[in-house]
Amino acid sequence: MNNTDLKLLKEIAGINGKINGAYNIRRNGKGIERHVTDNINIVTKKDKPGIDIHVKENTQNETVYIPVIITNGGIDDTVYNDFYIGKNAKVTIIAGCGIHNSTNQNSRHEGIHTFYLEEGSQTKYVEKHYGTGEGTGDKVLNPITKIYSKKGSNMEIETVQIKGVDSSIRETKAVLEEQTTLSVSEKIMTHGKQYAKTIFDVELNGTNARTHVVSRAVAVEDSVQEFESRVEGNNLGYGHVECDAIIKDNGRVTAIPAIIANNVEANLIHEATIGKIAGEQLLKLMTLGLNEKKAEEQIISGFLK
Amino acid sequence: MLKIKNLNFERDNKKILNNINLDIEDNKFIVITGPNGSGKSTLAKIIMGIEKQDSGEILFENKEITNLSINERAESGISFAFQQPVKFKGITVYDMLKLATFKNISKDEACNILSKVGLCALEYIDREINSSLSGGELKRIEIATVISRGTRLSIFDEPEAGIDLWSFNTLIEEFKKLRKEIKGTIIIISHQERILEIADEVILLKDGKIDKIGKKEDIVRCIFENNCTLKVGDKNE
Ligand SMILES: Nc1ncnc2c1ncn2[C@@H]1O[C@H](COP(=O)(O)OP(=O)(O)OP(=O)(O)O)[C@@H](O)[C@H]1O
Ligand SMILES: [Mg+2]
Repeated sequence: MNNTDLKLLKEIAGINGKINGAYNIRRNGKGIERHVTDNINIVTKKDKPGIDIHVKENTQNETVYIPVIITNGGIDDTVYNDFYIGKNAKVTIIAGCGIHNSTNQNSRHEGIHTFYLEEGSQTKYVEKHYGTGEGTGDKVLNPITKIYSKKGSNMEIETVQIKGVDSSIRETKAVLEEQTTLSVSEKIMTHGKQYAKTIFDVELNGTNARTHVVSRAVAVEDSVQEFESRVEGNNLGYGHVECDAIIKDNGRVTAIPAIIANNVEANLIHEATIGKIAGEQLLKLMTLGLNEKKAEEQIISGFLK
Repeated sequence: MLKIKNLNFERDNKKILNNINLDIEDNKFIVITGPNGSGKSTLAKIIMGIEKQDSGEILFENKEITNLSINERAESGISFAFQQPVKFKGITVYDMLKLATFKNISKDEACNILSKVGLCALEYIDREINSSLSGGELKRIEIATVISRGTRLSIFDEPEAGIDLWSFNTLIEEFKKLRKEIKGTIIIISHQERILEIADEVILLKDGKIDKIGKKEDIVRCIFENNCTLKVGDKNE
């Protein structure tokens, strides 16, 4: 691996030297390194590009890294990764895609991730998107995440995309059975002419299924973001979606909420706030001696922290 | 140290501040009091640069600051604790104290600052400054940001509001200490008799005008006993 590879890996997966745990590193459309452990097996798919990740039941606090890096222009990579999380297993999955494109051709990565969460399992999924390179070629990322959670399982998703990615459509679909929880925290910042869209589609099917989605977006310059969410409550359960966006310059954000209650016991909330930085926040920081620009940076970095 | 000359501020055809003249000396404890809506907060905000006067001049330590921005005034040695603390998203108490002190202070140092306003620090240090904090907690954190700057002039807008009695006493002690440390002036906007008591001078504002300036006893007599011997700006003239 060269320096660009290592830099991207550090940025998207916090990998710095030796990796503790199972991993599969994919570069420019091919798997280049893999390591499995007693509890976590990674198998290459036979029918299409991608891998199956099997986490044994009762696995305790292990981590799997599955970063994807693209360092050439003109790459169009679609990959299917399936995760089988065994009963009562507790695992962290660090995914993410880093693109370094210094060419004039577009690079595109589409990751289709499907999670089969067995009873009582706990999964944390961290995904970071990152793009660099001076070329005019677009860096395009379109991840799709599908989640099927069985009784008593829970999943926590953290996604981060701060600048660097020209176009992204992120789609998350989940079907929750009884006593399950899905919490999602998403942070996106776009600038220039970037475009980012997020689609959440959650079905609360079992009793006491819960979901909490928090999306924080900052759109500056001429960038555009869309946030579409649909939470359907089919049983006693709870759904809370919060979309909070800061816009600046010509940045534009659209939030399209849908909450659908098909059961009187479904308790669904959608909150969306879009606006420029609150004037009084700027004023307060300026009274501490920060100039307007610094104050604004602090407010945005806090917001996206 | 602070001179205000012919200051006017009018909005919606209402004279919110009507020709204010003030000469505030160094190393003093000044309390501004007066009815709701009399213009106290507006005056403080104009001193800090948050609101802009229609006319008038402000001098701080013999330098004209009338046209300086908020942050320039902050740098020159003025601090202001808001009547209504501002809430943030994602900025923690610790972050805020680092910003206020302009230093990468340790958590221990941040805790020390918080203990001055009677907050059990470690519980609070990593909390976000948002509505999950109670009104009194937000207020105390707001006061802490000003105390931690230790500037020559510190203005507190109704610091007692929402603060319980026990903390109120420690707060008064802190104000006294602060004044010793900064060897500067503290202006407190307040309706509290206990705070009026510790003042070197009380300024009574009414309908955007300075109604009286004097010692606490005189002002109290003026307000409550209708037995007034003071005239406008007595001391300043
Ligand atoms: N920007 C503005 N536009 C219109 N009216 C204003 C503006 N700023 C202040 N006012 C009005 O000026 C008056 C004085 O307000 P200010 O907040 O200074 O009062 P205060 O003395 O601090 O009152 P309180 O004791 O309630 O805090 C009020 O009537 C207020 O509504
Ligand atoms: Mg006020």
